[in-house]
Amino acid sequence: MRVMAQLAMVMNLDKCIGCHTCSVTCKQAWTNRAGTEYVWFNNVETRPGQGYPRTYQDQDRWKGGWELNRRGRLRLKAGGRLRKLLTIFANPLMPSIQDYYEPWTYEYDRLFSAPAGEDTPVARPKSLITGQDTRITWSANWDDNLAGAPELAPADPVLRKVSDQVKLEFERAFMFYLPRICEHCLNPSCVASCPSGAMYKRSEDGIVLVDQDRCRGWRMCVTGCPYKKVYFNHRTGKAEKCTFCYPRVEVGMPTVCSETCVGRLRYLGVLLYDADRVGEAAAVPDEKDLYEAQKSVLLDPRDPEVLAAARAAGIPEDWLEAAARSPIHQLIFEYGVALPLHPEYRTMPMVWYIPPLSPVVDVLADTGHDGEDAGNLFGAIDALRIPIGYLAELFTAGDPEPVRAVLRRLAAMRSYMRRLNLGQPADESIAAAVGLTGRQVEGMHRLLALAPYAERYVIPTAHPEQDGRPEELVTGCSLDYAGGPGMGGPFGEASGRPAPVAVETFHALKERQETGALVDPADRAERVNLLNWDGKGLPEGLFPKRKEDS
Amino acid sequence: MSGLDLLLWAVLPYVALTMFVVGHVWRYRYDKFGWTTRSSQLYESRLLRIGSPLFHFGILVVLLGHIGGLVIPKSWTEAAGISEAAYHVTAVALGTVAGVCTLAGLAILVYRRRTVGPVFTATTRNDKLMYAVLTLTIVLGLAATVLANLAGDGYDYRTTISPWFRSVFALSPRPALMAGAPVLFKLHALSALALFAIWPFTRLVHMLTAPIGYLTRPYVVYRSRDVARTRPARRGWTA
Repeated sequence: MRVMAQLAMVMNLDKCIGCHTCSVTCKQAWTNRAGTEYVWFNNVETRPGQGYPRTYQDQDRWKGGWELNRRGRLRLKAGGRLRKLLTIFANPLMPSIQDYYEPWTYEYDRLFSAPAGEDTPVARPKSLITGQDTRITWSANWDDNLAGAPELAPADPVLRKVSDQVKLEFERAFMFYLPRICEHCLNPSCVASCPSGAMYKRSEDGIVLVDQDRCRGWRMCVTGCPYKKVYFNHRTGKAEKCTFCYPRVEVGMPTVCSETCVGRLRYLGVLLYDADRVGEAAAVPDEKDLYEAQKSVLLDPRDPEVLAAARAAGIPEDWLEAAARSPIHQLIFEYGVALPLHPEYRTMPMVWYIPPLSPVVDVLADTGHDGEDAGNLFGAIDALRIPIGYLAELFTAGDPEPVRAVLRRLAAMRSYMRRLNLGQPADESIAAAVGLTGRQVEGMHRLLALAPYAERYVIPTAHPEQDGRPEELVTGCSLDYAGGPGMGGPFGEASGRPAPVAVETFHALKERQETGALVDPADRAERVNLLNWDGKGLPEGLFPKRKEDS
Repeated sequence: MSGLDLLLWAVLPYVALTMFVVGHVWRYRYDKFGWTTRSSQLYESRLLRIGSPLFHFGILVVLLGHIGGLVIPKSWTEAAGISEAAYHVTAVALGTVAGVCTLAGLAILVYRRRTVGPVFTATTRNDKLMYAVLTLTIVLGLAATVLANLAGDGYDYRTTISPWFRSVFALSPRPALMAGAPVLFKLHALSALALFAIWPFTRLVHMLTAPIGYLTRPYVVYRSRDVARTRPARRGWTA
């Protein structure tokens, strides 16, 4: 057993309202630069829909991920090493900018600079690729909220896999949102596809990154990733991808997308897994066994044997503690409601999803039934093949049973908690019907519905004594090494320790997240106006008082 | 042998080689981020799919041909039982085919670069200079081979140019050997020297990092957090 730690995410799709705040804040933080105009490390897709880039799930066309060869061994679907090198001069499986969309801006300046005249000036759309006038015909989110669905949704590769009757009903009845980031897979096919070896999985936390100094722009990672979450920066000629906001998580802050999620539907935590078993689990012959195989690779963070092996592998104590408290582990195992996205790609994705029950509830309510009665809900879940068929294609390689089990648990939680809310006695039989106890249902409800900040995000900080220092702590001058020109000595601006950028905001943020009041009235009088401060000495109130002093 | 010959065939090669070597070291140390193919496939792939493999595979065969012709002495191939005639026929045939492929591929790529809007926008002045020198070198090389064979039995560069080429690397240059070579071969050599001199400063650097290691490395790469960035830990308190 070779224990490794992995930072993972769960998204509760029932709570996603498709507001795209995660996408926008992520873009502002990471990809609002030339060359990445079309890049969304985080995007939110409406299902059914084509996704971004268009029909990326159609692996017959894009050949992302892994497949089994005739001897039952894993190989890259796009071809082996030699084939990759032979197609390196023109990658036949690379999506073009049109498959994403041609990014554009508007000529806003025209609105102000146009000479006075009869006509109202207009701001024409200009392509950010050519700089010329452009016609906007597609975007990362063109089919949002089923816009144009009669024409566009039939091209949804997932929808094409389910039967015609299901298809028809689905289009009439169901819609939900699927936020996507890089899956930070245990068996990443993008890393395996990179000819230069510039992509790697971090051994401390499992985050998959591109070394910008080693990337040579061979573009094979774009093809290799079945989720199409590695992007080509057309200005720098290098691949870029979601970094799991590693400068933030290293100091204990949640990723930007999680932090800003309006619905509070994202959970972050540590998983322990057996790295020796990943290859074997990814190579199980039947695609439908992949969900269970993936779970079997993950280790129980409370098992003494696992803990001993983890300690031997050098995983720090606070990481083990975080693993034991991990909301991700709870949602996957104890409550059993989180499923991986497209396990059939055999990459062992580490962003998990709680499938949405709301479509079922909505249908029940529309037909005049009590949408929160356990009996009605269980019946509807079984009768409505549609959401289950579609969800199964997304999360369990087409096996409806695990999806049904998850939806039944979510339904049980609804009716069980409703009785409590209405002051009725708890009905253990509802919980028992889905293999849980009342206490567990209440725990699940607390985690899913109340979702306190510190329980949603259980992120251990990086350990500088392991290797390197957290990114946020080294944002000082690059010449600032011992004896270097940046070493300011004991005097002047550069003296002292470099300011840990995120740590400052971390405490402020934590305060803001955990306090009920809009401002903290207690310290208002003692604050220092930095504009009046002459920079000398340490005036009272420059730093917040320590808890024991106040 | 004139002073000019000395300059061209004994001094210039070292200038170009120094620029090639030192330039690459400098670029690798200070501009790893810029070390890329700067692929434009995202913008356009229909023309690229024909032009790029044609050019690249062509130029790889041309490279092998140059190694065969310049590095391996004539005496070795003759000792191996390959007659001058056999060598010549093979070299001319293979070289011409590869040269024409390379040139055709390059023509397609240059046409694409000029006509496809986004690709042209992404073309820098550096790229244009590189394309000019590269095209010149290939055209001169192909012309030298073809014309020499059309005019007569071809030029046996293995008695003059090849020994000169090796003498440069042996650090005892013999410029006199080169002085008598036909003018097209001379021009080809000169433009090649120019190409080597500008090489490290252009996008051509990607050739030096051709990912051969991919064939043998394990699929999934694990790496620890950047060790290189570690700096001496400072005291956690102020004096």
